[in-house]
Amino acid sequence: MSPSVRLQEMIRVIRSARTQCEERGVIQRECAAIRAQFRQADNVGRSHNLAKLLYVHMLGYPAHFGQMECVRLIASPRYSEKRVGYLGAMMLLDEKQDASLLITNSIKNDLSHSNQYVQSLALCTLACMGSAEMCRDLAPEIDRLLRTSNSYIKKKAALCAVHIVRKVPELGELFTTAAHSLLSEKNHGVLHGAVVLITELCEQNPESLAQFRKVVPELVHIMKGLVMSGYSPEHNVAGISDPFLQVRILRLLRILGRNNDTASDAMNDLLAQVATNTDSSKTAGSAVLYETVLTIMDIKSESGLRVLAVNILGRFLLNNDRNIRYISMMSLQKIVQTDHNAVQRHRGTIVDCLKDPDASVKRRALELSLALVSAVNIRSMMKELLLFLSSCPPELRAQAASGIFSAAERYAPSQRWHIDTILHVLTTAGADVRDETVPNLIQLITTANELHSYTVHKLYRALVADISQSLVQVACWCVGEYGDLLLRAECDDTEPVQVTEDDVLDALETVLQSHMSSPATRGFALTATMKLSTRITHNVDRIRSIVSIYGSCIDLELQQRAVEYNALFKKYDHMRAAVLERMPVIDKTSPGHSKGEMTAGPVQERDQTQKQPAVETVSQESTNQASNLLDLLSSSDDAPQSTPAQPHSLDACPTSSSSPEGDLLDLLGGLDLMPAPSLTVYEKNGVTLRLQCDRQMDTGVSITLSASNSTDGDITQFNLQAAVPKCVQLQMKAPSGDVLPARAAGQLTQAILLKNPNKVGLRMRVRVSYCSQGTNYQDTVQIDSFPSVAWQ
Amino acid sequence: MIKFLLMVNKQGQIRLSKYYEHIDLAKRASLEVDVIKGCLSRKKEECSFVEYKDYKLVYRQYASLFVMVGVSENENELAVYELVHNFVEVLDKYFSRVIMFNLEKVHVILDEMILNGHIVETNKSRILAPLLVLDKMAES
Repeated sequence: MSPSVRLQEMIRVIRSARTQCEERGVIQRECAAIRAQFRQADNVGRSHNLAKLLYVHMLGYPAHFGQMECVRLIASPRYSEKRVGYLGAMMLLDEKQDASLLITNSIKNDLSHSNQYVQSLALCTLACMGSAEMCRDLAPEIDRLLRTSNSYIKKKAALCAVHIVRKVPELGELFTTAAHSLLSEKNHGVLHGAVVLITELCEQNPESLAQFRKVVPELVHIMKGLVMSGYSPEHNVAGISDPFLQVRILRLLRILGRNNDTASDAMNDLLAQVATNTDSSKTAGSAVLYETVLTIMDIKSESGLRVLAVNILGRFLLNNDRNIRYISMMSLQKIVQTDHNAVQRHRGTIVDCLKDPDASVKRRALELSLALVSAVNIRSMMKELLLFLSSCPPELRAQAASGIFSAAERYAPSQRWHIDTILHVLTTAGADVRDETVPNLIQLITTANELHSYTVHKLYRALVADISQSLVQVACWCVGEYGDLLLRAECDDTEPVQVTEDDVLDALETVLQSHMSSPATRGFALTATMKLSTRITHNVDRIRSIVSIYGSCIDLELQQRAVEYNALFKKYDHMRAAVLERMPVIDKTSPGHSKGEMTAGPVQERDQTQKQPAVETVSQESTNQASNLLDLLSSSDDAPQSTPAQPHSLDACPTSSSSPEGDLLDLLGGLDLMPAPSLTVYEKNGVTLRLQCDRQMDTGVSITLSASNSTDGDITQFNLQAAVPKCVQLQMKAPSGDVLPARAAGQLTQAILLKNPNKVGLRMRVRVSYCSQGTNYQDTVQIDSFPSVAWQ
Repeated sequence: MIKFLLMVNKQGQIRLSKYYEHIDLAKRASLEVDVIKGCLSRKKEECSFVEYKDYKLVYRQYASLFVMVGVSENENELAVYELVHNFVEVLDKYFSRVIMFNLEKVHVILDEMILNGHIVETNKSRILAPLLVLDKMAES
């Protein structure tokens, strides 16, 4: 194919290639021809060749040999060649390449060219890939261009200034005066650029923020003009005049009004006006309203305005457009902690959204519903949530189950209802619940004295049905404890089942022998069988034989238990009744909930009975045994104290970091809008690692770890790994890089999302590894308390 | 700010890509694959906003062409949605028939509308003005 053929031809040929191999072949031939052409000094079709090369680059093939050609084309006097050259510069070059330095001079010349289109090309490229040195060189030029009378150039120059401010924050002062004057322009493009520039300046520098607060009345005036003006053909989008500019101005107002009463007061009227006058039937109007709501929520607005905002969100919820519903739920989630009552009014609609076919909408509705559960509406909400659980997508099930548990824990109207709910969840989603639910449920059952017979009847049925492991474990435990109640077959609340001792033992034996039972479940079943030996009268021999079979089991745990139970039968038969007595009520904060193995229990108790065979010590040991039983599934970190979420109950938690967590939760109650403090967690060898909480939600925290380096050499291969307690979920986002430049020239950041639905104390261990001046370092840091956050 | 813009056909082949933040070529390829897979697999009733790593993706389907925009976390998604629609309307006005053979012109239009991740101009006639001047220069 001849090299001066145009781009269209080549695209046509590439698209007609039927296989990847064919396409690669075509592209390789093209690239070879282009390379040959580039080597020739003078060529008419240079711009076409570069255009073709850019297309090839877009498809993902290497195109670095075009960089010098870009530089040459930029320097050419013809506009079409300049155009392609600049485009190539934007796509192929960035500040890391050496060739980018060569175009600095061309850009400088072009910025003062007589033709505005050439100037605009240079501005565009500088804004896209200007390095810090280039920005420093050319900043005065940009400032001059900001004051010209040509609005086409001014709008582009404003955005170029944004890029410069981002790259070299010290140059911000240079543009402040120009930014002020730009606000009085009529041209919307220039206004837009000016607003973006001011936003960037305010975000970079708090003093500019104070300075720009004076601009609030002017912004309010511009917005009023936009909102009240009639139909303007230039900027009309679906009936709203220039929604893009409106959204931008609202965002700037939000930044200016945050934490500042005077600025917020000035905006109140305007916000009310925008909220009432904007037509929300099309997306453009909804976009403006959405931004208004976010602004109202963030500044210090009066309560009437906040109610208006929540009502707008409620209206969005009823909208047919799915996008709008999703947006409104995301915003409601942010405000549900502060304006709880206002959001409660829309509870019905939110609960309906649980049935929406879209997965993201469902997820948001679930989180919101869990946040809205309160003592008043617990029964109806729970009905809806349980219905949702049976039909929800699998990825949401674990979250829904744990949410339901914590809600039930907090607001259960009666114990029987509580037990019913937990059983229901275990039957529908038993595979997805966390391990702590079993000891929690057991503890709950022991506290509910009147309900023992009711519970055991229900659980016996569940045991026979054998749906999920957790359910089977709880059922075994109950049958073991309260087997006599089951056999007496008297129960007020539910249909008594006529069971004989053989039936019960059959059921337990099935569990013991079933392939699906996990070792933990078998342990439960074995202990239950043992306990029944004191509760039933006829089949003690059968129990003995079952237990002795397991004396030679391969599983060490089971074998040890079986051997010890056998010993109970043989040598210590007189104590068997006392040992296997009904357990006392388990205290949620008992110190037995720490590392302890099941096997330690019987050994301990045997030693102690030899010393003091009194009944009191026996009951104490059975408490130990009980708590050790429960330790089957708790790890050392997360004892069952994790579920209650109120600050005062967390104080009873025996872990050492209870007080910072208590304070943290108190702070959560009053959502204060202070800037997020950062906590330095590691400082060694010149490397400083700082932790900052960005966002705190009801069930988790989003934090950023930033690292900086104060030594004289670069630090490479910087890597962070994090670990959290078992019931907290950790999600690490990609780090911004892995090289820390010397002398704190730059920072590395990595965002981490922690999901904490059970509200355990948040702790994290971070391992830092890096290579500094030729040596590899590795360190571990434990973070026990997290700083509180601002609402965003 | 807008981080990137992709135009993809139904089979997942890229027709146009523009990045406003520098990403290496290798990472670019995997990003594109992920984003395209994420958006193409969504059904009609699902909403147009997807969360991916630390970007938010806003996508829209026009016949056999998907337009996908990746924005940073603090952007108003509905506004970006409208911007996409505006962009497609401008393309429609200028190119009477199939677009993709004139890639440089599409880049010119895109540069007129979005500069360094922020919106510059949304008025259709003003965006197309320099392009029409260019065309006149080329003809004469």
